[in-house]
Amino acid sequence: MTPRDYGRPTRSRHTTHYIALTLLLILSSSYSSGSEPIRYGIGQHASQAEITAWDIDIKPNGEGLPVAEGTAIQGQVLYANMCEQCHGVGGIDGSFGSLVGRLPGDIFPFGRDPTVEKTVGNYWPYATTLFDYIRRAMPFDAPGSLSNEDVYSLVAYVLQENDIIEAGILLDQSNLPDIQMPARDRFVPDDRHGGNEIR
Amino acid sequence: MTEKNKPRTIRTGSRREFLAGITVASGSLMGSSLAQATTNTHAAPQDPTKIQGNGPSANGLRSEHEVLERLPALNIVSLTPLEQLHGTLTPADLHFERHHAGIPKIDPREHHLLLHGMVDRPLKFSVADLQRLPAVTRTCFIECSGNLNTRATEKATVQMLCGLTSQSEWTGVSLRTLLNEAGLKPGASWCLAEGSDAAVMTRSIPVEKLLDDAMVAYAQNGEPLRPAQGYPLRLLLPGWEGNTHIKWLRRLELSDSPFMTREETSKYTDPLKDDTARQFSVVMDARSVITNPSYPQQLERGWHEIRGIAWSGRGRIRAVEISVDGGKSWAEATLQGPVLPTAHTRFGLPWRWDGNPAEIASRAIDETGYVQPTRRQLIAARGPGSSLYHLNPIMHWLVERDGRVLYKAEPWA
Repeated sequence: MTPRDYGRPTRSRHTTHYIALTLLLILSSSYSSGSEPIRYGIGQHASQAEITAWDIDIKPNGEGLPVAEGTAIQGQVLYANMCEQCHGVGGIDGSFGSLVGRLPGDIFPFGRDPTVEKTVGNYWPYATTLFDYIRRAMPFDAPGSLSNEDVYSLVAYVLQENDIIEAGILLDQSNLPDIQMPARDRFVPDDRHGGNEIR
Repeated sequence: MTEKNKPRTIRTGSRREFLAGITVASGSLMGSSLAQATTNTHAAPQDPTKIQGNGPSANGLRSEHEVLERLPALNIVSLTPLEQLHGTLTPADLHFERHHAGIPKIDPREHHLLLHGMVDRPLKFSVADLQRLPAVTRTCFIECSGNLNTRATEKATVQMLCGLTSQSEWTGVSLRTLLNEAGLKPGASWCLAEGSDAAVMTRSIPVEKLLDDAMVAYAQNGEPLRPAQGYPLRLLLPGWEGNTHIKWLRRLELSDSPFMTREETSKYTDPLKDDTARQFSVVMDARSVITNPSYPQQLERGWHEIRGIAWSGRGRIRAVEISVDGGKSWAEATLQGPVLPTAHTRFGLPWRWDGNPAEIASRAIDETGYVQPTRRQLIAARGPGSSLYHLNPIMHWLVERDGRVLYKAEPWA
């Protein structure tokens, strides 16, 4: 947006210069497309250290993954201590549902059958999401308290229980983004656009 | 006002004298009948014109005759009592809540919004910084995309059925202004919005939406945001599902692709009958609900205004139609103006109940020509398993011969 004159940030500028500039802008056909819109200069520069402290997100291509590693064997111990009480033994039938479970042939019947439970193994499209979410929000009673090694280990455990990776695999920043989740290609863009069709 | 108190507050000149006058006046009232009335609030006098009323106070309270409360449920939501409200604005304390890790306690002096990623100048804004920038104000609804109780019984109130929608006048800074300060880099097409609650809630938002009508809001209905609504800052995306309006907003990161967070993959996606799932299905389709008559009201014969609210995430409500015969025939209701885009719109239609059983329903039509569907149409389009999000069916109320009003409860599928 372009602030109006009375909203323009205060700048020491001679009146004649201002008039000249105004005339130039009126005469110039490139006013809206060519010139830099005015900024207010409000807000402080964010340093790289400040950004790094908060920038914890992980993208599907692995961008943001920390350099660390973990295994399902380590993850199993952590899971039993910190996760099992809500997510169930082996990730099944916890009070907050199941994390573990595949469907025969990796079918995706959720739209047809409301009784099929969604799990990491049958519904989550990206393994990177698991890392991002566990690290930022788990365990529920101490969110954000896990080390990067702990998170890799827990991701490895949940993936191994879902038969997505083999036991013993050392999971790290280089191989986590390559993991192909069973439901990876099931997601489609929104095709509702209003109008006279019900979608 | 007794003669004794009257002159002291009125016959003063300067502001300073006026304030002093108030002090004197209130001090002198302590022994009067007015102060006694303050302590005896529950007994309404037989004739209120024969006794002095309560004096002014720092914070207004509702009449003790009105009980307006949200309905907390499952420890994760509280629902707005839509059937008890009038007009279109939701009082701030009654705005529905949905949070994933509770309401964080935030000191606004310590809170910052970080704007970084694919921008020319990464910036950090304090709340005071944001309030120096040009303000924008907009009235719109926020609705949770999971706003239909599909397991309700016939004894369900509107609040229990779909109380996860509320409307406020929001004030804040346009995202256009903020992105102009930071300078968008070419190719920046998505933005991660992140909150500072214990879920560190995140959603990916297309830059197109940010440049269209998004705002970072710091005020609601004229006052700073309520803590449950994101104090001190929240993202506001008119017409989009509630989860995307990130509360306690602390970070916006520009990127060239979506981040695929938990809330846009494993949650808030809509499975379809063709074995796919709809993703980034963020716009709320048009919907209406009749708030009067509704359970547990009791009707008397004669005239009633059938009344309710309608809204669409795709713009303005064009019309609302009402049926009293279960959807066989429809009549157009009157819309109360102004009809705002992406906003609750009040509708009404006078109706004379003759004492025979009736089945009342409403359907909204928005400016795109979309007609609010039936439950059957939605299930036919998506499949019976798509039963969590974006359910906006026509809802029916049954008026029994004895005047009872019941929700026509039907299992989703």
